[in-house]
Amino acid sequence: MRRDLAALISGLLFGAGILLSGMSNPAKVLGFLDIAGHWDPSLAFVIAGGVLVTAIGYRLVFATGRPLYEPVFDLPRRTEIDAPLIAGAATFGIGWGLAGFCPGSVLPVLASLSPEPWLFFAALLAGIIAGRVARSRPTAPPAGAGPAPGVA
Amino acid sequence: MTEFTPLSALAGGALIGCSAVLLMALDGRIAGISGILGGLLPPRPAADWDWRLSFLAGAAAAPLLWRLALGAPPGFVVSAAVPMLVVGGFLVGIGATFASGCPSGHGICGLSRLSRRSFAAVATFMATAAATVFIVRHVIGA
Repeated sequence: MRRDLAALISGLLFGAGILLSGMSNPAKVLGFLDIAGHWDPSLAFVIAGGVLVTAIGYRLVFATGRPLYEPVFDLPRRTEIDAPLIAGAATFGIGWGLAGFCPGSVLPVLASLSPEPWLFFAALLAGIIAGRVARSRPTAPPAGAGPAPGVA
Repeated sequence: MTEFTPLSALAGGALIGCSAVLLMALDGRIAGISGILGGLLPPRPAADWDWRLSFLAGAAAAPLLWRLALGAPPGFVVSAAVPMLVVGGFLVGIGATFASGCPSGHGICGLSRLSRRSFAAVATFMATAAATVFIVRHVIGA
């Protein structure tokens, strides 16, 4: 129960951050990616602000030894750069460049009930499910030690 | 054409960072949206659906709280035609699943942990995204 309230508040902060940063607007995201056009560097500043706070915050948090409402930190364990990572990232980038939305940036605009974000979101869910199906097949390349991607 | 907004970008990024730090401090989880969302979906959804749904609900409800506190939230402009939104959405979903992350998971959380997988993922998706926008806007002229 408390972990859910914590997650809810974290989600609200995340959504507010996306809105404040301008990243809920595909035009600004594409403006950053449009290096040959009228370039808008804002997204770089969003990442800079986010990484600065998170890098410092994570250090402080990890030093406490454990989260408040859970027994352990659930962290990714793999370190090797493998084919699924690169192929997946490359594919993600193409989709991101086409639509201007990503999983995080679309969440705080769904409430607008505008159809475009919902179209993207529906296709996003289909894509994630397709990916999970592909990665769960016995003949799929092994995901390595640790839980399958997307599953805690 | 959008304007460079360094201060709100930094502030928004810092707020996203606060969200990630809070989720790790209290729940011990990475604030990676594709992973949080993916864990709710088949096949074999994760058992810890409760915090995932809570987080996503919070993110989706943020504009409503924004409206209560500050008035209308920032607007957005979608230039992609419907086929690009749908194909793009699907590629984002399947790509993030194979990459085990997206800009929030790899870009914010992973880079902050100095994860070499995240550096590789971010460099790769930034490159293909920029290439895609170049082709769409300057080669095809869409």
